[in-house]
Amino acid sequence: MNAIKFLFAAYIATWVIHAFYLGTLVRRFSRLREQLRELGKK
Amino acid sequence: MKRFFPILSILTAILLAYALYQALVVVPTDALQGDVYRIIYYHVPSAWTAFLLFLINFVASIIYLIRRSPKVDIVALVCAEVGVVFCTVVLVTGPIWARPVWGIWWAPGDIRLTSTLVLWLIYVSYLVLRRFSTSAQTQVLAAALAVFGALDVPLVYFSIWFFRTQHPQPVIGGGGSMDPRMLRVLLINWLAFLCFAFLVCWSRYRLEVLHREVDQAHALESLAGAGMAEKASLPLSRSAP
Amino acid sequence: MNSLWAVTLATLKKDIRLEWRSKDALNSMLFFSLLVVVIFAFAFDPLAEESRHIAGGLIWVAFLFAAVVALNQTWARELRNQVLDAYRVSPAPANALFLAKAVGNFIFVSVLEALMTPLFVVFYNLHVLGPAWQLIPIALLGTWALVVNGTFFAAMSLRTRSREIMLPLLLFPISIPAVLGMVAGTTAVLTGDNPAHFYIVLLLTYDVVFTTACLLLFETILHAE
Repeated sequence: MNAIKFLFAAYIATWVIHAFYLGTLVRRFSRLREQLRELGKK
Repeated sequence: MKRFFPILSILTAILLAYALYQALVVVPTDALQGDVYRIIYYHVPSAWTAFLLFLINFVASIIYLIRRSPKVDIVALVCAEVGVVFCTVVLVTGPIWARPVWGIWWAPGDIRLTSTLVLWLIYVSYLVLRRFSTSAQTQVLAAALAVFGALDVPLVYFSIWFFRTQHPQPVIGGGGSMDPRMLRVLLINWLAFLCFAFLVCWSRYRLEVLHREVDQAHALESLAGAGMAEKASLPLSRSAP
Repeated sequence: MNSLWAVTLATLKKDIRLEWRSKDALNSMLFFSLLVVVIFAFAFDPLAEESRHIAGGLIWVAFLFAAVVALNQTWARELRNQVLDAYRVSPAPANALFLAKAVGNFIFVSVLEALMTPLFVVFYNLHVLGPAWQLIPIALLGTWALVVNGTFFAAMSLRTRSREIMLPLLLFPISIPAVLGMVAGTTAVLTGDNPAHFYIVLLLTYDVVFTTACLLLFETILHAE
């Protein structure tokens, strides 16, 4: 049953892609918040 | 609205877990392909979600060309970006399924594979345009490109369809009807992924709104700064953030 | 309607005269596709039988990349001295400008193809097995397909950073069905294995759809700034 490896590879790959995208979203959010804070200081 | 976000997130997580359980444990194994066929429970719902998002992008782009409302433009951008993510999932899980079943990673003549790849390329170029364009009218250019991309889809499909009939390639075995239990699980997974996509789109929408607010604040601030420094002499030339 | 044709003709004449005097676009396209022919000839060392199968792909890849050279120069000329801004405020119909530019590019790329095709035939020892006359509609429709979208996207990428890179990024994905039609149609005629009618119909559909879309949207693009 070598094929089962492919099944898990596909499921893991799906969530890795989604997690990566969500990670970029979080990074962009935090960068914007930082900019907002700097703007507020001035 | 914001209060619903955590509630919806929890519901989506439960739904995704339930759908995963259904796909891996409950549904019977395919007689021909064995357990590998369960990849379709992620592959096919992702494809449907991506196509739906691209469709929304097309409709939003047309509305934007007519009405020029910035909100519609953000919807178009968000749908294209999340659609590309889902399309990437389709393009990655597809070959992983094809390798054990067809014996090859990629069938260049296969219609669904190739047209999905072209679709992905079109929307990536759309996102590249949005990133590279410096003018204030990026939105109009992007909306026009989205219309072109959507017009291209049926042509891509037909060109490859004819191409393929001359170069026979392995396709998914037998068009026959699907086991109703399998179809049910497929639809549950689609629902779960739709909720997930909706959440991601929502977050991305809020990010874009915030981004535009920050940009505006930057522009205003540097305008004010330039005006103080040299009494309104060419204030626009210094407004670049 | 009269003013549309008048302005189109005037702009077209101006562009052709400018090109005739400088020959910038044509020379660079010719040199570029000549390089492609020579490099591929070294890379593949084709026999006559084999070359018939790959020549369709080679010839169109060469023309596609060469056409991008010309398309990139289409609007650059109008940016100098704010000519394009003058167009924007003038009462001349925007589509006249677009048609003139597209037809101009079509003529330049067609001249290139007419000059380069004999060279291809010599380098790759081609002789056509199918009905050769079908290559003419394939070439004309295929060139128009490349040029009409190329002119439009060149106008679109004017306002972007590094626009020379932007044009192929936008143009190639959209052009995939047209390129597939040209390559497969040319190969079908060269090998004579199967009829090329479908590809001609495909190219025709592509041309009609995208010419209409370009004409409908060009005014929006021109004024978007």
